[in-house]
Amino acid sequence: MTLAIKAAGLTKSFGDVVALNGIDIEVEQGTVLGLLGPNGSGKTTIVRILATLLKADSGVASVGGFDVVTQPDEVRSVIGLTGQYAAVDEYLTGRENLELFARLFHLSKVDAKKRADQLLDRFDLSDAADRGIKGYSGGMRRRLDLAASLIGRPNVLFLDEPTTGLDPRSRQGMWEVIEDLVADGTTVLLTTQYLEEADQLANKIVVLNHGEVIAKGTSDELKSQVGGDRIELVVGAASDLPSAAELLREFGSGPPATEPEIRTLLLPVSGGSSAIVDVVRKLDENKINIADIALRRPTLDDVFLSLTGHAAEDKTEAAGAPKGRRGRKARR
Amino acid sequence: MSAVTETSLNLQAAPRPKLGWLITDSMSVSRRHLLKITRVPESLFFALIQPVMFVLLFAFVFGGAINVGPGGAQAYREYLIPGILAQTVMFAVAGITVGITEDAGKGIMDRFRSLPMRPGAVLAGHTLASLLQNTLVIGILSVTGLAIGWRIHGTFGEAALAYLMFAMFAYAITWVGAWIGLHMPNSEVAGTAGLAWIFPFTFASNIFTPVATMPGWLQPFVLWNPVSCLALAGRTLFHNPVPMLGHSFPERYPVELSFGYAILLLAIFAPLAVRAFKNRNA
Repeated sequence: MTLAIKAAGLTKSFGDVVALNGIDIEVEQGTVLGLLGPNGSGKTTIVRILATLLKADSGVASVGGFDVVTQPDEVRSVIGLTGQYAAVDEYLTGRENLELFARLFHLSKVDAKKRADQLLDRFDLSDAADRGIKGYSGGMRRRLDLAASLIGRPNVLFLDEPTTGLDPRSRQGMWEVIEDLVADGTTVLLTTQYLEEADQLANKIVVLNHGEVIAKGTSDELKSQVGGDRIELVVGAASDLPSAAELLREFGSGPPATEPEIRTLLLPVSGGSSAIVDVVRKLDENKINIADIALRRPTLDDVFLSLTGHAAEDKTEAAGAPKGRRGRKARR
Repeated sequence: MSAVTETSLNLQAAPRPKLGWLITDSMSVSRRHLLKITRVPESLFFALIQPVMFVLLFAFVFGGAINVGPGGAQAYREYLIPGILAQTVMFAVAGITVGITEDAGKGIMDRFRSLPMRPGAVLAGHTLASLLQNTLVIGILSVTGLAIGWRIHGTFGEAALAYLMFAMFAYAITWVGAWIGLHMPNSEVAGTAGLAWIFPFTFASNIFTPVATMPGWLQPFVLWNPVSCLALAGRTLFHNPVPMLGHSFPERYPVELSFGYAILLLAIFAPLAVRAFKNRNA
């Protein structure tokens, strides 16, 4: 196997705030690694170090076989980077942006024009090509941004929260684009706050918390740690909860838990939606009133709950910004 | 997603020496900023309107109260224009400070830094575009000056040297603005900070009033102030009124000193700014 990305013992502090506390990462050529974690867990810092934008305090990292510190130019010629903010010039048109970046990628004038055309076409931006970015929708900006990062047809692509802030349709579109790139052999390192996204795109997932790797594995491996799906059931009367728990025990992959104050019963299940049918039928046969029922897939919160014993923190914190106020240190 | 054949294109960079890339990369970045000016012509308009307003204010409102020797109002107008040119060169610096801070905040700086381009080119291109805009403003100001009675009395060679000097100083000083811009947290702060340091240099100078009218303790600063030197050098080369205070070095060699300041500023702040650009967030 060939490693497209290899990092060992990366540490980084901003002032007395430890952002990374010994990160080891390996990504095989042509695969997708998902870095999953809440804001401030160090995802962006890792991307910035690997993309030569930031120097680690210690540790070594190589991308495409080149050392990120001693061979930054070589690294930059094989990577593409799409950050959390669309990194394009607002006042230029889509075409002008792509031609600018293509020229700075040292394509000839003619090739820069051709490459811009190809990418505009590929990302369905041809119609908007000669309009200023200011008039683009959020989804269009992200597509243009991704197009800009693909100018040199990079072997390794860094996607830092590529779908944050996008509507579901744009998100789906972005996923399809990424899947196509991977099918063409691109290695992708993707950061995300959404388990669903990592699940959809990543071959392997690394879960980060406070600058440390707290779990790694395939999506299935992580989910089995989390405990899979569960049914969340609200009964009409709290007095029905004990009997409901008894009746449903046979359908669960684990024992049911009840929360009488909110008339809720939680049942871990493995059968997915078919389990819901069984549960509804059983309760109906026994004349137990259902106020609400839902099948819940594990979320990032659930992953964190099971891995750390507490929920993911700092949902509101500015997304992974390396600077600024951050009131806690990495736990050791 | 259409299936465009992507194999036909050569995406390999042509071999070229690093200095060659620095030049082409700078031109590309510069083109970006010039395009921007055409998209937001208001920015150019206001860059022009402000110094023109200063010209009119001082020529017709305050000027009467300022005595630069024999010749009265006409002499003051001739005294004023090289000063306004120096002021314009200084005020233009605030624009690049804000521009660079804005780029840094928007992530386009990260894009540049992740490309295999020459790191100095982002700043070189930006300063170059700023110089071109500045040259245009200086040209229009000169015309305004001629319209209100300013005259170039020297030779063509001297005038050309004067404009070369203003351009060179303008280019050098934008690197200070670039360097400051790389250290600002956001464009609001950059807007105020970018002007704050310019004020003392611009106004504690001889651009509007002769040094002799200022308190003794301030005079050495005013005399050595690069902005004063630039204005004085302009007056000397254009053969406009030059009220002398004495025979200090900056009064005897304003042209040499202005070129010297420009070279010194460039030698100090260009490397500092490029280093700050490379090590951002590091």
